[in-house]
Amino acid sequence: MSINWKEYQPGVFYDELINNNGNARLPAKRLTSYLHSLNENELQRRQQLADAAIRDMGITFTVYTEEGNIDRSWPFDIIPRTISAKQWNKTAEGLMQRLQALNMFVNDLYHDQKIIKDGIVPKDLIENSTNFRKECIGISPPHNVWAHICGTDLVRDEDGEFYVLEDNLRVPSGVSYMLENRSITKRVLPELFQEDKILPVSGYTDQLFKTLADLAPHVDQPSIVVLTPGIYNSAYFEHAFLAQQMGVELVEGSDLTVAKNGYVYMKTIGGLERVDVIYRRIDDLFLDPKVFRKDSALGVPGLMKAWQKGKVALANAPGAGVADDKVIYAYVPEIIKYYLDQDPIISNVKTFLCSDKKQRDYVIANIDKLVVKPANESGGYGMLVGPHSTKKEQAEFVQLIKKDPRNYIAQPTLALSTAPTLVSGDKVEPRHLDLRPFVLQGKNSYVTTGGLTRVAMRKGSLVVNSSQGGGSKDTWIVDTEVK
Amino acid sequence: MLSSVAERIYWSARYLQRIESSARLVNVYTNLLMDLPKDINISWYNLITLNSAEEEYESRYKVRDERNVVKFTLADDTNPGSMMVSIAMVRENLRTTRDVVPENAWELINELASYTDDSIKDGGLNRGKRHEFLTQVINQCQLIQGYIASTLSHDEVWDMWCIGRDLERMDMTTRILDAGANVLFSHDYREKSHVPIVVWGNVLRSSGADHAYRRHVAASVVGSKVINFLISNEHFPRSTNFCLNAIEKAVKRLPKGRKVMASIKELEIAKESSHSFSKSDEELSDYLNDLQLKIGELHRIFAESWFSLD
Repeated sequence: MSINWKEYQPGVFYDELINNNGNARLPAKRLTSYLHSLNENELQRRQQLADAAIRDMGITFTVYTEEGNIDRSWPFDIIPRTISAKQWNKTAEGLMQRLQALNMFVNDLYHDQKIIKDGIVPKDLIENSTNFRKECIGISPPHNVWAHICGTDLVRDEDGEFYVLEDNLRVPSGVSYMLENRSITKRVLPELFQEDKILPVSGYTDQLFKTLADLAPHVDQPSIVVLTPGIYNSAYFEHAFLAQQMGVELVEGSDLTVAKNGYVYMKTIGGLERVDVIYRRIDDLFLDPKVFRKDSALGVPGLMKAWQKGKVALANAPGAGVADDKVIYAYVPEIIKYYLDQDPIISNVKTFLCSDKKQRDYVIANIDKLVVKPANESGGYGMLVGPHSTKKEQAEFVQLIKKDPRNYIAQPTLALSTAPTLVSGDKVEPRHLDLRPFVLQGKNSYVTTGGLTRVAMRKGSLVVNSSQGGGSKDTWIVDTEVK
Repeated sequence: MLSSVAERIYWSARYLQRIESSARLVNVYTNLLMDLPKDINISWYNLITLNSAEEEYESRYKVRDERNVVKFTLADDTNPGSMMVSIAMVRENLRTTRDVVPENAWELINELASYTDDSIKDGGLNRGKRHEFLTQVINQCQLIQGYIASTLSHDEVWDMWCIGRDLERMDMTTRILDAGANVLFSHDYREKSHVPIVVWGNVLRSSGADHAYRRHVAASVVGSKVINFLISNEHFPRSTNFCLNAIEKAVKRLPKGRKVMASIKELEIAKESSHSFSKSDEELSDYLNDLQLKIGELHRIFAESWFSLD
């Protein structure tokens, strides 16, 4: 028995591969007919091949539990998700537009705050933002860019259009999994890469290196490091991966020191060596115990001062997370309009701000239909999915919202798009997914070819976070116009 | 090269070498005991003494039999010196130095880890499967060594790797010699003259040295010659002399090399003074003990010079 696409039922949702009539969409044509040509044993064999490759390549992520941290193999589904290059190019443009505007916004907030003076964004929103850093006021990082690396979460609604769900401007992770997913797929479905025009994803680390190197414009061959909180961080795999791919040192806070001359050095077997650019994968508050959390053993004492004086570049810059707030998110369309005088190329998801009384009343009255999120959490923690929640949970969230309205937003429950996913070994069923492309901005801008597709592996579930049972798929941008 | 990375590379190399040594030792011991007369009381427990693990062992096992010793040496994840733990330590160290080690080395060590896990679950420790299992482990270690030697740039990382690997080899060679000597000197074999040949033959095999010995020294296995060979031979990569020379070369290429060399010289590790060991058993034993202590000192010098920079 092989896959019968006519029996595949995505229901009311937009399916990435198969349309409502059970036919393959254009970019997925060759893929679906190839999968159809494999019998169920062969399909299973390919999935096993992928699982073994993941184990051998040591692709893991860490889950924090009460019993300790567990290193889990990366859950991966072998059926890729396809997007046409034509649609992708437009989306990529929208992503660059968005990051450009967000960076102008952050830079404005730490300087003249024109956007507040002009009454576009309310002042108290910034004053009450947990990610606004007064230490950053008046600082001008290279190219006036604060968020050099951004992970933007996109979803597709029933209409097949992409929407931005979230901007991650602090320390977004996942790009290594995007790259590894492709290398696994090349091992597992090598036949398809011969004929299809699947655009390569491998340029990312080169671009990242260039973006980082451009942050030290006065140094000929800048010394770049990746700063990791260490092996117990859930994204440690990625930190090591990126350092290795870029050929730079992976350091922990204890490997670095700030000298009397204000520069940052790393401790090597030959003595101290200067560091020009730090790609830090530590949250702001842990960067420098002298300025932020005193108990941080992960950071480097004196690092903030070195950065403020321009002795070292940090990517992303401290304080960039101020634009990563889910309340600020609601203002992004106006932010784009304000700074660039353009209409947003990619739309936002409709968002209700609980700080506004009228909107709050609506949210509370309709809490069973909405998704409620705290403004500053990531990883899918602390949120309520209305239609999948109990009366008790809903009542709890009403209380939370009333207590701290500034900290909550709500969005309609999205009909997230689906894609065929291999379940229980040999059956194919639709599962919901999203997409996280990575956007770089420094001297130039760059968007990954596609991004990381995350899948909710449980039937009907909308939660795609790997810490909560999500898996992933390779993402194919297919050029359907090339003969 | 970061000090912290240097330390992890050094330990990765040591642990990888230790995995191979553990596998070799158990393999050779299994063979040795088949060749010896039943009334000769050479026990599996010697493996514990050889690794100075008496205390660890006593706290876990009552009976000193083959099953327990093999399990303790290879598969006991609570024994810090077991092969399983060494594998875990290589993984952990390479995981934190993935930015300087060729990608495939990391994949190969993962393969070794999952192969070992699966094999042990599948009864790989039992006599029937043990040889095949351990031979495979040795081969995989060799594969990783070979892969690293031929794809890692021969720069500071490589020098650090060599120092760790050769120090561990030196250490193991002295332990194997010590164990061999102990077995023989504690018994009177005049009645069974083939016993020393069996024992010394296995000492050579434990170091993977039987072939090299036959080519360089003689076809016949004689205790004093085996000792001389494993200590002072200039060409065999596991003799203590060879290892020490290799360490010196690597040290000279590294930053602060001269200072480190001076400290090594102060230790006065004699490289070629082994010709007289046939005279007295005690002398050999003392020499090996002294060498063990000096190896410990070498490690301390490396750690002080390169690993802890504050």
